[in-house]
Amino acid sequence: MALPRTADPVSGTEPPGAVRGERHIRPRRRTWSAAIRRDWQLYSLAVLPLLFFVLFRYLPMLGNVIAFRRYVPGGDLFGETWVGLRYFTMFLHDPTFWQVFTNTLIIGALTLLFCFPLPIVLALLLNEVRTRFFKRFVQTIAYLPHFLSVVVVAGLVLQMLSVDGVVNQGLRAAGQDAVAFMQEPGWFRTIYVSSEVWQTVGWGTILYLAALTTIDADLYQQAQVDGANRWRQTWHVTLPGIRPTMVTLLILNIGTFLAVGFEKILLLYNPLIYPTADVVSTYLYRVGVVSGSFSYAAAIGLFESVIGLTLVLSANYLSRRTVGTSLW
Amino acid sequence: MVSLIDAPATRPQGPRPTRGYRVFQVVNALVLTAVVVLTLFPFVNILARSFSGEQEIRSGQVNLIPRGFNLTTYRIVMSDAMFWTNYRNTVVYTIAATAVALALTTCYAYVLSKRQLKGRGLLVAIAVFTMFFNGGLIPNYVLVSSLGLRNTIWAIVLPNAINVFNLLVMKAFFESLPTELEEAAAVDGMGTYGTLWRIVLPLSKAVLATMLLFYAVAFWNSWFPGFLYMDRQELFPVTVYLRNLIAGATGGTDQTASSDAALQIAANIQAVTIVLTMLPILLVYPFIQRFFVSGVMLGAVKG
Repeated sequence: MALPRTADPVSGTEPPGAVRGERHIRPRRRTWSAAIRRDWQLYSLAVLPLLFFVLFRYLPMLGNVIAFRRYVPGGDLFGETWVGLRYFTMFLHDPTFWQVFTNTLIIGALTLLFCFPLPIVLALLLNEVRTRFFKRFVQTIAYLPHFLSVVVVAGLVLQMLSVDGVVNQGLRAAGQDAVAFMQEPGWFRTIYVSSEVWQTVGWGTILYLAALTTIDADLYQQAQVDGANRWRQTWHVTLPGIRPTMVTLLILNIGTFLAVGFEKILLLYNPLIYPTADVVSTYLYRVGVVSGSFSYAAAIGLFESVIGLTLVLSANYLSRRTVGTSLW
Repeated sequence: MVSLIDAPATRPQGPRPTRGYRVFQVVNALVLTAVVVLTLFPFVNILARSFSGEQEIRSGQVNLIPRGFNLTTYRIVMSDAMFWTNYRNTVVYTIAATAVALALTTCYAYVLSKRQLKGRGLLVAIAVFTMFFNGGLIPNYVLVSSLGLRNTIWAIVLPNAINVFNLLVMKAFFESLPTELEEAAAVDGMGTYGTLWRIVLPLSKAVLATMLLFYAVAFWNSWFPGFLYMDRQELFPVTVYLRNLIAGATGGTDQTASSDAALQIAANIQAVTIVLTMLPILLVYPFIQRFFVSGVMLGAVKG
């Protein structure tokens, strides 16, 4: 966030004003009281937003302290008595926790495996389309699912996979038996990942398409002079051109790895398919909100958040070291 | 910004495409057509199902076009007072939440865009840190409950009042505005509020429209806060109405109808409600799509 302030070309040519005057002052650090006296109107605009962040973002972070304290519903926001790591030992010895943790890892890995590369492929294919109308048409249709509520998507999935739904219709037409998809644990991962692909891949191409337009056309011409065919041009010019975008999105994807579509799974799953469908976030929802074991659920949630933060930080660090691109 | 995508491809054509490349073009067109078909298929299927007769649905004949055309379920759902109550709730929640979110985001983004402001780095960090670490479901739930916000509109409006991605998009836009106008306003003795209201915001209509749509679509589609914090049916947004229907938590409308009608309703009430719920989004989608694209680009380029 350190911005090169003196590189502002405007202030050099402008008549003396606020910007110029400020430049003389800069070597001395302006004191807070002077800053507030000068910019109190600006600061006042930040008051309500800051109140929002403190109340609804940072207070809940502190609220995680109930993971170490016994919380009684309706009692103190930060719990009653200190119990130390009791709830952490509890979930580490909870077989259901390990089951949902494994499910989370598997679903997260499969989502990453499909939902990260497919937008790249689709963007590259769109980039080769010469008819502008056709390209726009495909883009417009492909973005559409992104705008739907997750409830609608879950509804579509459940309707298509119902016993009289269109998928079973296809199976029967192919001479197969109908499958009760939402009752067999073996199907859930396929269903979940497919619906994610359906909803996210089209929209996911936007950033890549933007990056593709910034690639210097001369590079392609030089590659042609060197005798590179289209495929080699794609490999040696296009892909390196969108690499920063790829890395950035990969880091972000890894960061949300554990936060697998909580809302969608909550809408899709049922007790019959818990063995594959239940994930950490849905489990802690049931333990905490449904059963009222707030402290226990908060301990699991804190564990999940810390792993998530660790994943982002390490992915960011690794990519800065290896490919020189990072979020910060 | 939209023109970035629509711009003629920067990738120049070779002197003449090879045979292999022409084959690829054909295959590519086929693949992309398949993408379009696969994307649209669920919509067409659910539409067909919503207009079909009960027997045709049960025997698995409904595919792309309605069979045994029947409007009973549409009539029943559209005459269900609770459905419209929930729909109205969605409208009210969306308007209120979007207004609050837009106001708070604009104020904070404007402050963050002032590069010479002391403490700006800290103010940015306070916002950005929450993108990567959050309190989690349980502490949020406990907080909203103990603030007494349950069963009020504030449980939906306040906890999601600022989306940090939107905030950064707006901050980037304000930073890209020329500073001369604001400086002139300051010389004329105009205060910060006046400058923001009369100089900056009129110049920012495009980004305001984009942010408005970002927030409005997100709040329109949201269901979980309503599901979590509302205990009474008449307070639900329509997404929760639909959720309870697909989860089988409610049988939908009253079951006193004649048995034929009851069977018909059971067969496609979910399809009908899905169609009615997503209809507004589908209708405005062609007009709002480009704002979304430009907003994402702005965030990606500057963020």
